[in-house]
Amino acid sequence: MVERRPVGTLISHLILIAGVAIVALPLYVGFVGSTLSFDQVTTVPMQMTPGTHLLENYAAVLSHGSKLASGAPVGVMMWNSLVMALAIAIGKIAISMLSAFAIVYFRFPLRKTVFWMIFLTLMLPVEVRIFPTYKVVAELGLVDTYAGLTLPLIASATATFLFRQFFLTIPEELAEAARIDGAGPMRFFVDILLPLSRTSMAALFVIMFIYGWNQYLWPLLITTREDMYTVVIGIKRMVAGGDTLVEWQLVLATAMLALLPPAAVILVMQRWFVKGLVETEK
Amino acid sequence: MANRIRRFICIASALALAGMATAAQAVTEIQWWHSMTGALSDKVNEIANKFNASQSEYKVVPVYKGQYDESMTAAIAAYRGGNPPQILQVFEVGTATMMAAKGAIKPVYQLMAEEHQPFDPKAFLGAVSSYFSDTSGHLLSMPFNSSTQVLYINDDAFKKAGLDPANPPKTWPDLEKDAEKLKASGAACAFTTGWQSWVQLESFSAWHNVPFASLQNGFGGLGTRLEFNGPVQVRHIKNLGDWAKKGLFTYKGRKDEPLAAFTSGECAMITTSSGSYANIKANAKFAWRVATLPYYADVKGAPQNTIIGGATLWVMKQKNPDMYKGIAKFFTFLSSPEIQVDWHESTGYVPITLAAYDLAKKQGFYQKNPGTDIAIKELTNKPPTANSRGLRLGNFVQIRNIIDEELESVWSGQKTAKQALDSAVKRGNEQLVRFQKANE
Amino acid sequence: MEKRVVFRSRWLPYALVAPQLLVTLVFFVWPAVQALYQSLLIQDAFGAKTQFVWFDNFKDLFSDSHYLASFQVTAVFSVLVAGIGLAAALMLAVFADRVIRGAKLYKTLLILPYAVASAVAAVLWVFLLNPTLGILTHVMRSLGYDWNYLLNPRQALALIVITAVWKQISYNFLFFLAGLQSIPKSLIEAAAIDGAGPARRFWTIAFPLLSPTTFFLLVVNIVYAFFDTFAIVDAATSGGPVQATSILVFKVYQDGVQALDLGGSAAQSVVLMAIVISLTVVQFRFVERRVQY
Repeated sequence: MVERRPVGTLISHLILIAGVAIVALPLYVGFVGSTLSFDQVTTVPMQMTPGTHLLENYAAVLSHGSKLASGAPVGVMMWNSLVMALAIAIGKIAISMLSAFAIVYFRFPLRKTVFWMIFLTLMLPVEVRIFPTYKVVAELGLVDTYAGLTLPLIASATATFLFRQFFLTIPEELAEAARIDGAGPMRFFVDILLPLSRTSMAALFVIMFIYGWNQYLWPLLITTREDMYTVVIGIKRMVAGGDTLVEWQLVLATAMLALLPPAAVILVMQRWFVKGLVETEK
Repeated sequence: MANRIRRFICIASALALAGMATAAQAVTEIQWWHSMTGALSDKVNEIANKFNASQSEYKVVPVYKGQYDESMTAAIAAYRGGNPPQILQVFEVGTATMMAAKGAIKPVYQLMAEEHQPFDPKAFLGAVSSYFSDTSGHLLSMPFNSSTQVLYINDDAFKKAGLDPANPPKTWPDLEKDAEKLKASGAACAFTTGWQSWVQLESFSAWHNVPFASLQNGFGGLGTRLEFNGPVQVRHIKNLGDWAKKGLFTYKGRKDEPLAAFTSGECAMITTSSGSYANIKANAKFAWRVATLPYYADVKGAPQNTIIGGATLWVMKQKNPDMYKGIAKFFTFLSSPEIQVDWHESTGYVPITLAAYDLAKKQGFYQKNPGTDIAIKELTNKPPTANSRGLRLGNFVQIRNIIDEELESVWSGQKTAKQALDSAVKRGNEQLVRFQKANE
Repeated sequence: MEKRVVFRSRWLPYALVAPQLLVTLVFFVWPAVQALYQSLLIQDAFGAKTQFVWFDNFKDLFSDSHYLASFQVTAVFSVLVAGIGLAAALMLAVFADRVIRGAKLYKTLLILPYAVASAVAAVLWVFLLNPTLGILTHVMRSLGYDWNYLLNPRQALALIVITAVWKQISYNFLFFLAGLQSIPKSLIEAAAIDGAGPARRFWTIAFPLLSPTTFFLLVVNIVYAFFDTFAIVDAATSGGPVQATSILVFKVYQDGVQALDLGGSAAQSVVLMAIVISLTVVQFRFVERRVQY
């Protein structure tokens, strides 16, 4: 048995507490800032205990945003972010799973080519192809639509690759048995692969939901109406407001609202997320 | 195919709009992409609403599209995607780029002539219209929000330092002396500046009647090259660098960030945009005033006149010519003295038409709000020279970035003023060469 | 690594890859080809005048000392982000692996930064370290250390490194923890019986066994530092002061999206593409090999 020394455990706890404190500090200070008035938040040094303006600030941003910035309501932005994140997460999982299924369980001409094309091209950072992509989307008439917001981000090398890795680890006997039973490939997919992939799907859902929610550059370009903005854009807009002061208390309130849904998704799905993430990416 | 889809979407969205609109008749929608925030954006909406209420054929829809560079990029992307807005607010830095894009824009003078709207470029303030006119004096875009650089001082801090706020520093050496006293009296930050490239180099050059770039600061053609590493500019930047070392000048950021340090009372003096007036008024909890931008008295011809900043409205080329009529009408409405004077008085931007200036004078606005006329006085101090009409440089956004970088290396003591300005000129010229190549 | 059991169908596999392929072709391959072509052009912002200049854009890039400096900044930045990020996460994981009580709480709190958007993370840290308002700035000033990242290049770099590390720490932590927990207890116990102390056990057993995880994370972190940190730089420092934080991907954005030098920016993108592709191939090779064990 490995020794358990109380001093060692104490040191472990102290280091962990210090680590967690550093990690949590920006979130805590951000939260405190979002509960103060403008004067309090711009006082140096700022107080470190929550103030009394919590409801006021959050109600203000949800209904009309920062007056000093664009003044667009954050409530609408949250909704847009949610639609975008869900569409991207679900869409990515669906199409990646199907193509990984084809690549792993079928032999067909161009299989390798398809795989490498998906894999390499999807690695290109969005900045590289932003203008041409915008052009394609505009020609399809998708500017200011949820389709335009999500479709170009829906293909995913990571998800395809992860599903491929996962399918490769599934015992061959299962497919063998299915074939002997006379089950067709789609039957096998629905009855066996889908249930087995639940953990991977859950993990990917978390990753992709967060990816979609946190998008910045693409929504910035593809939305021309304020009622199509996402919340991450909204925040950047508030900080970088031309000839005006930054209303930090409202910026921070928006920041807190913006990180609430992805944080909730992570916390609620923590178990599957951790398991799926580590297992599939190993 | 793409066209068909687009048409379908157009029809679909038109139907949706018709369903929502209270009036069932078709209204032509004019999109106006702007970068105005806060009170300014409220004002923009107010102007659009007033116009929309004044007639029923057109509806101007203002859309906030981010900061100037962001909205310009978005508009260009939209243009290349075949879907440009009708009106685009472009900052002065983007002027050369817009001007060179002949196929993408509709010059305002042409638009107004074709649509038979009354339009006289002479009605605009010379300092404003000259910045945005082509070589033959045709106004290419519609002046909207223009500002210039002024000095703001904190009266309370001045009194505490034993200085007389009614007698603000007139010259840069005066400012140095005052800054020393302010520092001695315990001010955390004696002096700072917003928009360093614009205030301390671009307008500084005009104010001292020395060239910023060759070929009349770029008005003479694409072959222009930077020249702001002359002795006058080097001297000024060296001084600022020395003051930074002595703690008299505190650097607070490239753009508007320094303003917060003034309104919070941390910095006692700031040189920045006259458009910050409304903001300071709303937020400063101390007595303050506006003063004229300092100069060096021993430089011949100084003070000349300052140059403007801010933005103008460009008309993007439209597939549907019906749009032009609405835009022209809106511009006529926009340049009326009533709208202009309200815009000027509530925002702190300078009045862009002479009529609006006169109206503001008649209303006694400048007596009631001392200091608000300093900007316009600086702009019209003397008839503009080749060095003070404005700047017309391609890739100006990059050039400003380069200048910002090099100035920062002076403030932090990594480079001497001469080294930094030489390097900025050299790097900036590479940008000008690229722009020339792309547009010739 | 191939499956032996395969299904047969003439059309089904194509139908299955069709959606993915369609999206890839329309929104990725086609635009990427256009970007490649663009890198050989000099064009005005509106696309009205175009010249084909072969590799002039690349020549301009590599003769621009500031572009080369940006490489250096990126290299330093990614080494710092990967190095500090991995070291900190590993340390936390090692101690989290040791404790029993409260382990779940620590883990939960350490995962949170993963949920925060880069731009939001930058806003939060800028608020803490703002030269005028920042609470940490205040603490440092009262300790006699002058913090002003607007002027001090090292501090600016520190700011974006801290933000980037903070945001990535959850991911690194989870992998290290999983790696540690998969080490057979018998190995550790055997070493303990031989009289090896905790530190020695870590360096001789756990650390070598973690090397595959470490290598994987190293590649992931470098890719992250190269590409995903754009929003952090954009929201925190905009590349300044001087050029202290102007990393490659930010420069692509700045020159292309802000300054509209499309040809030059496309050329930079192509350079970046080459880097991503080679990193990806390295990672892929590595992962493939490991799966076969």
